[in-house]
Amino acid sequence: MTPLSHYLIFSALLFSVGLGGAIIRRNVLVVLMCLELMLTGANVSLVAFSRAQGLEGVPVYDAQVLALFVMAIAAAEVAVGLALIVAMFRARRGVESTSLTSLKD
Amino acid sequence: MMQNLPWLFLVLPLVAAAVDWLILARRPWAAASVSIISVITTLMLCIAYLCGMQTGTPSNYVWFPVQDFDLSLGLLMDALSMKMMLVVTGIGALVHIFSLGYMKGDPSNHSRYFAGLSIFMFSMSCIVLANSLILTFIGWEMVGFSSYLLIGHWYHKDSAADAAKKAFITNRVGDFGFLIGILLTLGLFGTLHYADMAGHMKVAEGSPVLTAAILCLFCGAVGKSAQFPLHVWLPDAMEGPTPVSALIHAATMVAAGVYMLVRLQVSMGLVAFTETACCVIASVGAITALLSALMATQQDDIKRVLAYSTLSQLGYMMMAVGLLAGQAAMFHLYTHAWFKALLFLAAGAIIVCCHHEQDIWKMGGLRKKMPVTVLCFLAGTCALIAVPGFSGFFSKESILEAALERNNVPLFVLGVVVAALTTFYMVRLCLIAFCGHARTHEAEQAQEAAPTMLVPLLILAVLAIISGYGFVADQLVPYGGFHAADTEWGVTLFAGLGALIVGGGLAWLLYGKPGTLAGKTDPLGANPVSRALRQRLYIDAFYDHVLVGGVQRWFTCLVSCLDDGIIRRLIGQGLALLTAWVGRLLGRIQGGSLRGYTLLTSLGVLVLMLILILLF
Repeated sequence: MTPLSHYLIFSALLFSVGLGGAIIRRNVLVVLMCLELMLTGANVSLVAFSRAQGLEGVPVYDAQVLALFVMAIAAAEVAVGLALIVAMFRARRGVESTSLTSLKD
Repeated sequence: MMQNLPWLFLVLPLVAAAVDWLILARRPWAAASVSIISVITTLMLCIAYLCGMQTGTPSNYVWFPVQDFDLSLGLLMDALSMKMMLVVTGIGALVHIFSLGYMKGDPSNHSRYFAGLSIFMFSMSCIVLANSLILTFIGWEMVGFSSYLLIGHWYHKDSAADAAKKAFITNRVGDFGFLIGILLTLGLFGTLHYADMAGHMKVAEGSPVLTAAILCLFCGAVGKSAQFPLHVWLPDAMEGPTPVSALIHAATMVAAGVYMLVRLQVSMGLVAFTETACCVIASVGAITALLSALMATQQDDIKRVLAYSTLSQLGYMMMAVGLLAGQAAMFHLYTHAWFKALLFLAAGAIIVCCHHEQDIWKMGGLRKKMPVTVLCFLAGTCALIAVPGFSGFFSKESILEAALERNNVPLFVLGVVVAALTTFYMVRLCLIAFCGHARTHEAEQAQEAAPTMLVPLLILAVLAIISGYGFVADQLVPYGGFHAADTEWGVTLFAGLGALIVGGGLAWLLYGKPGTLAGKTDPLGANPVSRALRQRLYIDAFYDHVLVGGVQRWFTCLVSCLDDGIIRRLIGQGLALLTAWVGRLLGRIQGGSLRGYTLLTSLGVLVLMLILILLF
């Protein structure tokens, strides 16, 4: 059985890739995808903990249910996010996050 | 229920004042009648109590309890307070009625005037009936306030507004001492109720703090009774309407200081007034009596002469208090109240009839124009200068007698000198204003006063004559168990008569000549002594320059340094600068780049996590 630490390292990598992407990339569409990656990273660790907490191969399902909730909310978030990106593209002919400075000015 | 009837003494005038002020502000005569009804009702009530009506002890009202000390307000109904109430409400009623005639044709708001009088009646009753120093103090401040209102009644005149301010501020100085005195008394006796003080006297006796407490309380009396060095407000208070001067600044309020001290002597016992305290009180009284009698000799304003004479008589009363002769002090207070109210009201009638002319050198010959008023004035004068047979004679005798009994020869001599001066300035006033011929057109046209003014005058004139005789005084002098002493052929009588003859004769010699009476200025006015007296011995000027001009200016400087340097610069501007600087620093973070925000947020979360890991 794969030890817990492997899953956690994988989850941390996934999360860091997502975070790094969200910070580095300018394209809002990619940023949205990176956010999804971060959520997935978190989900992986949730499921991993759920397995590790279980006894004799039977996991604790609470955390897995939570993971399902996260996915559902992520789906909703993507729907809203994509709609915003479409609206942004229509308004500005581009989806670069660097162009979003009008609130500061 | 019935035992709380005495509270009407306070409630009635207060309600009258409120009604006058709030409801009848535009109905002057309705307001006047409300005030008059209230004061006459209290007078009737007072007479009923003096005739032996019993309603039991009025209940106390507990204001607020502090641990084991209850701050309660209550009324004290004894001979001292009830007979004093008779003086207050009696003169109050006459002054209210007189005011009807005096204020007729005056354009100012009469509702305000009568509301002020009613507030005064309320506050004075507070002082007189108080059963503890607390209620006395409340009334004390309230009379100061009502006096302020009434002196400044004609507030559009600068002099009146200034005089009102001066009276109020000068009184505050005395009141501060009074407050400290009250606290010292509370500390020493553990109670402020007059009735309990004697019981706690054992604890306080012999303590040096006791002298300090008495002297601090005396400070209050110095302010309210206008004793030297706080006497400066009283002559200026004459800017108010004359009936107000009669009621407040001659007969009742200014006597409150004397009343309060006598109340303390009665409740604490004479032991409380240590030798030092008595010496200070008597000396201050004597100095006031002498200085103000001197200043009165060179005043040209009829009301100011009377004001200085009030000061000087108050000095007599203080002297008697200091000589531990509360009886004599209250006797003089009581006779003085009647005859000084009479003098002021008569002066008021004269002023009205001369079209608001107050300078005696612009009157003259009034005895033919308004004989009844002048006769009343003369009755008051005779009482004031202690002509045998008039009320002032008996009370002044009793004070001089007290000085002699205590073997205090300096005070006795001073009293006699002041009596001579009193005769001098009053005879001077009467000669100039009433004899000879009219010096101005206004005096020429003067006519007898209206009946609303004459009736109070006549009543007061009768009282000024008879109130000193035993059969009246024994009943009415505000002092428990007072008995008017028989006049004896002794040193006092001869000294008093001598003072009368010397003072009167000197005035007659200086001012009685037909040539002088025809002139329009004081023949003595030019010499330096007289100039100094006219300038009030430069005491007011000294206060103006040294206290107001000097100390106050330094203080203003100091305060403005504090205000400008610390509050405005350091706190006001400094804080603003600090905030702006921090704001600019933090503002840099808000770069407008979405990625920057993301980075910062994640760094922040990292830092928080680190802290959590390190701590737990």
